[in-house]
Amino acid sequence: MINLKKYIAALSITAVIFGTAIYVSNLFGQKKLEDVHAIENRVALDILSSETQFMLLEETSCKDIGPGFLSKELGSIGERLTYAENQTELNTNDLEYLKRSYFLLEIKDYLLMKRLTEKCGIKPTFILYFYSTKDVCEDCERMGYVLTALRNKYPDLRVYSFDYNFDVGAIDTLVSIYKVRPELPALIINGLSYYGFHSVEELESTVPALKELARRARVAERATTSVKTLD
Amino acid sequence: MAEIQTLILYCLLFITLFFEVFLLITYFEVREELDFESKHVGKHIKWFPTVTIIVPCFNEERTVEKTIRSLLDLDYPKEKLSIIIVDDGSTDETLSRFVQFAKHPQIAVLSKENGGKHTALNFALERIESDLVGCLDADSFVNADALRKMVPFFDDIGTMAVTPSIKVYSPRSILQHIQKIEYSWGIFLRRMLSSLGALYVTPGPFSIFRTRVFRELGGYRHAHHTEDLEMALRLQKHHYKIVNSHGAHVYTVTPLRFSALFKQRVRWTYGFLNNVIDYRELFFNRKYGHIGLFILPIATSSIFSTLYIAGRTVWNNFFSISSMLTKLQIVGWNWNPPSLDWFFINTSVVSFLALSAIILTLVILSLAIRLTEGKFTITRGIFYYLAIYIFIVPLWLIRAVFSTVFRRQISWK
Repeated sequence: MINLKKYIAALSITAVIFGTAIYVSNLFGQKKLEDVHAIENRVALDILSSETQFMLLEETSCKDIGPGFLSKELGSIGERLTYAENQTELNTNDLEYLKRSYFLLEIKDYLLMKRLTEKCGIKPTFILYFYSTKDVCEDCERMGYVLTALRNKYPDLRVYSFDYNFDVGAIDTLVSIYKVRPELPALIINGLSYYGFHSVEELESTVPALKELARRARVAERATTSVKTLD
Repeated sequence: MAEIQTLILYCLLFITLFFEVFLLITYFEVREELDFESKHVGKHIKWFPTVTIIVPCFNEERTVEKTIRSLLDLDYPKEKLSIIIVDDGSTDETLSRFVQFAKHPQIAVLSKENGGKHTALNFALERIESDLVGCLDADSFVNADALRKMVPFFDDIGTMAVTPSIKVYSPRSILQHIQKIEYSWGIFLRRMLSSLGALYVTPGPFSIFRTRVFRELGGYRHAHHTEDLEMALRLQKHHYKIVNSHGAHVYTVTPLRFSALFKQRVRWTYGFLNNVIDYRELFFNRKYGHIGLFILPIATSSIFSTLYIAGRTVWNNFFSISSMLTKLQIVGWNWNPPSLDWFFINTSVVSFLALSAIILTLVILSLAIRLTEGKFTITRGIFYYLAIYIFIVPLWLIRAVFSTVFRRQISWK
């Protein structure tokens, strides 16, 4: 004799567990997207603040530029978006929107950085990195590790990463300005193009901007060692 | 493709959760019954039926003596209990172990050429005239009150077989401690299946039958090296009632090393798969109640779902490890502490469902240990079980499925 009531009860409880899991997951997913959105808003505000400061600088000197001049949170958005892309429960449309905003913020930050370096005579330390998520690109994954390692090694280095095939007009404009070929990964460093995979050592020995960063890092390290010895 | 995989995973998790919820509902339904059985069954028996226990032996020189002694120590009227030892052509010193029992009034020793366990059992069954008959593997030992706890279930004239609770005898190795927890889970499961009328094994260690079952349905069969499973399915097919006495404890010597455990489990899984193929008419057949409609289909599907989840986990981990190695190769060893940012915690639906399934598994495991041991205590076996068991199960499942699909024969030992 089959007790159908028991099956119905078990089915109902299982359905409730399932429903709760879906609801809670969506709730967290939404929170995560809101989190990214909030950071993007902060970055946009940072950029606006920096632009305003920059405009004021036209009348003053470069010495007034403080350490918090450029937003520090761009990298954080990048990490979050990379992680979020692998989470199937997140709303794809929202994610696309956030990515679009992120790329535009990167470009704005890059332009500001460029103007700043030109005006104040600072040697540029930024990299434009083009990768692809549309096609299989093993070298892009490897290049990502290299750039993360470089960013960790040189905190002054700003890496702007762009999805080559992402439908944003500003990325297309960047691609056409620098004549970036679809041979990914591609790096643009001080107007020079580098295609394919390059290791940390290769970049440090061939790219002048990175050579300079490496030299500065060595000097700073020596200075720290001397201070310690004196102590 | 990814969507299909996610959908399959959702379905598997739904079935797993449904089964766990179903088990828990059954447990809460029979909780009072369990307490009653523990406290009262076997205490005031008015009628003691005659019982014969068959002990089939093949090269069991190390344990058979202890097995027989445990039977002689059973708290049951001596004149109602007889033991038949069948030596199935042992090539070691098993036969010499019987000399001391040769003249015992309760014991008869039979000897035959080796033909497999089912032939040894049938050899003895031909000579049995008692009301009840049971079998005890020669590597198992019974608790003194086991028979007293089982016999009252035959007061119900519909009951044709009673199965005991099987526990691990004196666990020493890590694998044996894992099996101890696994057997606790088995005890819980069998008791719940008993309430559903859905037991699909009458285990070799000390299952007791009405003797007329064998007269009506015939003796044991080879049944892909799992004659105890086939016998239970045959009983179910003929609507013969099988119940479980969770208070009747039988101890069995379990494999010490992985190779022996692997062979045993391949045989069990292979036997299960092939016997359910032989008895496929039970599947999704309302006529057979819970066993046909739910338990056999879910037990069969659980083999494949375990393999699917294991395969998926291995595949995903392979990519994670491969990415880690690539990173290591490119930028060297650069350990960063894991991020404490909540953003990077996996909050996918699958994670929450898996977490729910794990919590329900732990709840059932604690109830199972309480049912088996009387109370729940945290032991090292639980940690071994949780940390190791899930990694070794797929190994014998895959081998058994492979042998079934490609019709490869498997060995007994």
